[in-house]
Amino acid sequence: MASPNSDGGQSAVTYKPGSFREWLNKRMPVDQFVADQLTGYYAPKNFNVWYFFGSLALLVFVLQILTGIFLTMHYKPGEAISFDSVEYIMREVEWGWLIRYLHSTGASFFFIVVYLHMFRALMYGSYKAPRELLWLIGMGLYLALMAEAFMGYVLPWGNMSYWGAQVIVNIFGTIPVIGPGLVEWIRGDYGIADSTLNRFFALHVIALPFAIALLVMLHLVALRQTGSNNPDGIEIKANLGADGKPKDGIPFHPYYTLKDIVGVGVFLTIFCIVVFFIPTFGGLFLEKPNFEPANPLSTPTHIAPVWYFTAFYAMLRAVPSQQLGALLMLLAIVAFFFLPWLDRSKVKSIRYKGLLSKLFLGIFVVSFIALSYLGLQPAEGNAVLFARLFTALYFSYFLLMPWYTSVEKTKPVPDRVTYHA
Amino acid sequence: MRKALPALAALGLMLGAPLSFAAEGGHAIEGGLDWQAWKAGNEIDNVASLQRGARNFMGYCSGCHSLKYVRYSRMAEDLKIPDAQLEESLVLPGSKKSDYITSSLNAADGEAWFGKAPPDLSLMARARGTDYLYQFLKSFYANPKSATGVDNLALPGTAMPHVLSELQGVQTGVFKDVEVKDAEGKTQTQKVFFNFEPGVPGSLSPAEYDEFVRDTVNFLDYAGEPAQLKRRGLGVWVVLFLLLFTGIAYLLKAEYWKDVK
Repeated sequence: MASPNSDGGQSAVTYKPGSFREWLNKRMPVDQFVADQLTGYYAPKNFNVWYFFGSLALLVFVLQILTGIFLTMHYKPGEAISFDSVEYIMREVEWGWLIRYLHSTGASFFFIVVYLHMFRALMYGSYKAPRELLWLIGMGLYLALMAEAFMGYVLPWGNMSYWGAQVIVNIFGTIPVIGPGLVEWIRGDYGIADSTLNRFFALHVIALPFAIALLVMLHLVALRQTGSNNPDGIEIKANLGADGKPKDGIPFHPYYTLKDIVGVGVFLTIFCIVVFFIPTFGGLFLEKPNFEPANPLSTPTHIAPVWYFTAFYAMLRAVPSQQLGALLMLLAIVAFFFLPWLDRSKVKSIRYKGLLSKLFLGIFVVSFIALSYLGLQPAEGNAVLFARLFTALYFSYFLLMPWYTSVEKTKPVPDRVTYHA
Repeated sequence: MRKALPALAALGLMLGAPLSFAAEGGHAIEGGLDWQAWKAGNEIDNVASLQRGARNFMGYCSGCHSLKYVRYSRMAEDLKIPDAQLEESLVLPGSKKSDYITSSLNAADGEAWFGKAPPDLSLMARARGTDYLYQFLKSFYANPKSATGVDNLALPGTAMPHVLSELQGVQTGVFKDVEVKDAEGKTQTQKVFFNFEPGVPGSLSPAEYDEFVRDTVNFLDYAGEPAQLKRRGLGVWVVLFLLLFTGIAYLLKAEYWKDVK
């Protein structure tokens, strides 16, 4: 079978002898690369709104890197100076306030976009064969992003930075035998301290961005190999036209580049409304206690991580044993890695799955949102009971998946994608 | 998905239940003064109010509280205060206009005199919120048992004396006995704030004092984030540009996608 992304464009490219283009392409496969990745890469034509979030995640990543570079020029890591240097950026650096808000808002929007991107994969079965590796690399990206966000949150050295770091690093202390030593090793001190702040800075600006960039590249390589899934969950490569190209596919460029730019426009509009009008987002994106410098002697009235971690934080607090809570948290994330093998359905897309799959996906989404909300509240009374209930429901989506995906009656999958021009 | 909707709706209702946690406590007793519902209602775009607030701060607060992230010169520029006036009436003795606004009280003295060094107020409006500051400055009441002769509803047991008492006077707090059930279900009597009664009058009327506090809080709101003065104004243009950009991008996309059948 001819691979649609290796022959596209290549034969069409002829160079004028002596031209710069000929000179360049003899030395570097620029045109070949563009043909492979963009003009000759065929994507299903039936993408809906859920397919914007992959390119948007890349956009936010680039935005975070660019704003991060400028923040690093003025930020100073160190117990005694970090907090002041952030205020210096906010007040005295030209456009510093804008760069900082773009970066802090970007962190939250990164997770919004990634969560929607992941939900899309759950809905349309994008993790299923042949895209298991694509999904696993994506989950690796999610883990790297979590580490990146957590360490970035510590850098302003506000009081919530400090206590949040205290709580999250201590979770590693619950690991049997090696826990206490491991925590000390992570912190580089007996408490969250200057050494912790400095190493988190190093990891936040160098190690993790590198890891993320590498994983993004691998994610795209794997995507180019299998091709995108689509809302119908049909492999468009199974239906090739006379020209060897998928009948239901269209070249990524210009069709999806132009469509994605519209998505970028809508996204940036919403993003900038937050940046310019509600940058703290009512204390969700920038928390009030973080406008007070880190103070080991003054614990904030209630400690909660930023909203994107609170679903897992609610699970941690839902059980009396911290060790068990930490294990639940870990499993809640690890469970995603097993999805390709937990899903036994013959079809990929939720469109053709049965009622049970729809029900459990709904339960999962509601549980995730409910847990995120509960994680922001004090763990008292009914909040704990609800957290237990939703934790159980959250895991039911994964644990019962082999059952409900195999017993339910699926609808017949059409041969060609559903597309209305 | 349509068939799953009733199930989703039911789960949505369950979601609504935890929302009721948010509405716990903090409300005034029947017929009492609901001071926790007071809103600062300050207008950050009101330059005259900000100027008055700066005057209030330098006159009444800067003796003990610093604004260590705010420069006099930047403040004057943002609040449109002429140089001559800045140097004459706002810059503290010993400071230059390019200096940060530091207090003449050093931390060690503050701790010795009040038991706690008066905090820097640069970010207080961001850390606690403007409503809190407004409630704090308006809820001092006479308490002969405390070292300063007053206590405060927003920050009970505060070490801060009622610096503004010459303006507001000192009001009397009326407390009522209320039966409260504790965690074990036992009934206990608690003294709960009911309302204020005028005590010693000050030089300002209640309405004037209210305005004084609002201006001061407005200034502290500015001090917490000076960039907000231009942030929103610039935001309008950015968003308008992006809407236009999105519109044009959509037309271009639609033109190309006409071919996709």
